Amino acid sequence: MGKIVLKSVRKAFGEVDVIPGLDLTIEDGEFVVFVGPSGCGKSTLLRLIAGLEDLTSGTMHIDAREVTSAPPAQRGLAMVFQSYALYPHMSVRKNIAFPLKMAGASPEEQEKKVTAAAKVLNLTNYLDRRPGQLSGGQRQRVAIGRAIVREPSAFLFDEPLSNLDAALRVTMRQEITELHQSLKTTMIYVTHDQVEAMTMADKIVVLNAGRIEQVGSPMELYHKPANTFVAGFIGSPKMNLIGGALAAAEGADQIGIRPEHLGIVTEGGWEGTVGLSEHLGSDTFLKVTTGQAGVLTVRAPGEVMLRHGDKVRLAPMPGKLHRFGKDGVAL
Amino acid sequence: MARATTPRRKALTTLAAWTVALIIFFPVLWMILTSFKTEASAVAMPPEFLGASWTLENYAEVWQRSDYPRFFWNSVVISVGSTLLGLGLAIPAAWSMAFVPGRRTKDLLMWMLSTKMMPAVAVMIPIYLLFQWLGIYDSKIGLVIALMLMNLPIIIWMLYTYFKEIPSEILEAARMDGANLWNEVLYVLTPMAVPGIASTLLLNVILAWNEAFWTITLTTTKAAPLSAFIASFSAPQGLFYAKLSAASTMAILPILILGWFSQKQLVRGLTFGAVK
Repeated sequence: MGKIVLKSVRKAFGEVDVIPGLDLTIEDGEFVVFVGPSGCGKSTLLRLIAGLEDLTSGTMHIDAREVTSAPPAQRGLAMVFQSYALYPHMSVRKNIAFPLKMAGASPEEQEKKVTAAAKVLNLTNYLDRRPGQLSGGQRQRVAIGRAIVREPSAFLFDEPLSNLDAALRVTMRQEITELHQSLKTTMIYVTHDQVEAMTMADKIVVLNAGRIEQVGSPMELYHKPANTFVAGFIGSPKMNLIGGALAAAEGADQIGIRPEHLGIVTEGGWEGTVGLSEHLGSDTFLKVTTGQAGVLTVRAPGEVMLRHGDKVRLAPMPGKLHRFGKDGVAL
Repeated sequence: MARATTPRRKALTTLAAWTVALIIFFPVLWMILTSFKTEASAVAMPPEFLGASWTLENYAEVWQRSDYPRFFWNSVVISVGSTLLGLGLAIPAAWSMAFVPGRRTKDLLMWMLSTKMMPAVAVMIPIYLLFQWLGIYDSKIGLVIALMLMNLPIIIWMLYTYFKEIPSEILEAARMDGANLWNEVLYVLTPMAVPGIASTLLLNVILAWNEAFWTITLTTTKAAPLSAFIASFSAPQGLFYAKLSAASTMAILPILILGWFSQKQLVRGLTFGAVK
């Protein structure tokens, strides 16, 4: 079980309201990703749930039990930190066994659970090493091992992959997803990387300046962004936002079109000049300066071989236009 | 760019280093040499060196005339005792200052350090009277308390610096893993700070061992440590330099040996927080 309910949660550091007031329900077994730019309060929110920070006001329940002022140890949660936060003076075995030891488990039980966790995480051969003798990926696995042996009601991940190189990040991302599928335990995952958010989450919570901009499944956020902030944050490259006469013609203050929803056409559309073209093999990203719509990013197929200075015509695919009102809210 | 080290520059720096070291160490060296001279040779003018008459008599006489083992034991109890008691109080204090600082923590640390700037003699009379009134004058426990209080600011400062080096995420991880405050300090913080705690311990044993003002002021005979032992050889009848030197050498020898063997740890500990 691991249903977490936050009601009117507020956190202030001195005069500064980091989280001005927020309500959120995380269902049991869900993989929830908190995403947002740095300083948006996502890590603070996670630390509030963990109990590492005190709420300024509001309440928090885990499985219908009030934990608003309970210390971290009594919340039944496990956390994986960005810096791994392993105990450098203990072997891998002792690191993983530490939560069990604190819970008063017998040495036999500790050994049994450590062995099982090490097997799942491919750490069996490293149990007697110190964290300093392991690679980044192995350290992160030890940190995960330390979290799973407790059998917590929910896992909290605070940007766990940001210290790893790109290739390892992809592997670890898949491992964490698989872990969630096999354990079926609630997971809350903080990241600023929207690719991680899109690929891992059942539900994404987009945060900005301590407020929730939108909560929804990755596809909901992609297809129906609630406002320009979410539209710009989810999806890579970013959605093109166009104002002025083109937007007014659609009865909106701003219109948005994703780079992959701009087609290269021979007639009509918006005429422009290619500024920058990046060939990735599978895709070609173009920056096109148009007269009517300003600078637009286009995601074209890899075969498109346009170069700097070439003339093109762009047209939005039918039904893929997003309309936003004066305050940036979707119409 | 790395600085070029020519052989000439190296020779010059080595020479300079040896000169400075010799100047600093010379008084100690002279004291050790004097301890092996006869009284006449010790006070001879100009000072005698190669032509001096050497003897071991001073040591024999000092040993016979006084109860060296008792002074030695008192020094051990007072210096080790005051350091351990100080560590016991300072570890929780430094923990709270490093990991849960309040708005006034910095001021508190500065205030503690400022107490070391006050001349000790200013509080001599009150402390003397207080110790008499409490019945701990000339007792080992009294000196343990006095020296612990004298060195507590330094112990807290040193530990605070070491603790600041420990990432707070590791302590938070321990809290998430179910450790209460006691377990967090016992299983995570202390083992990680062992190098720092060890050098704090060593330095404070040395400071307490060398302390003379309070140990002489607050003792007569029973609890007198080696500093009082040295002082007892400067008699009103006149100074006997050779015997005084022999007594001094016997007093500093144990701590000199300890310092010699732990110098690596001491230097490492003292520069612990210096480089990130």
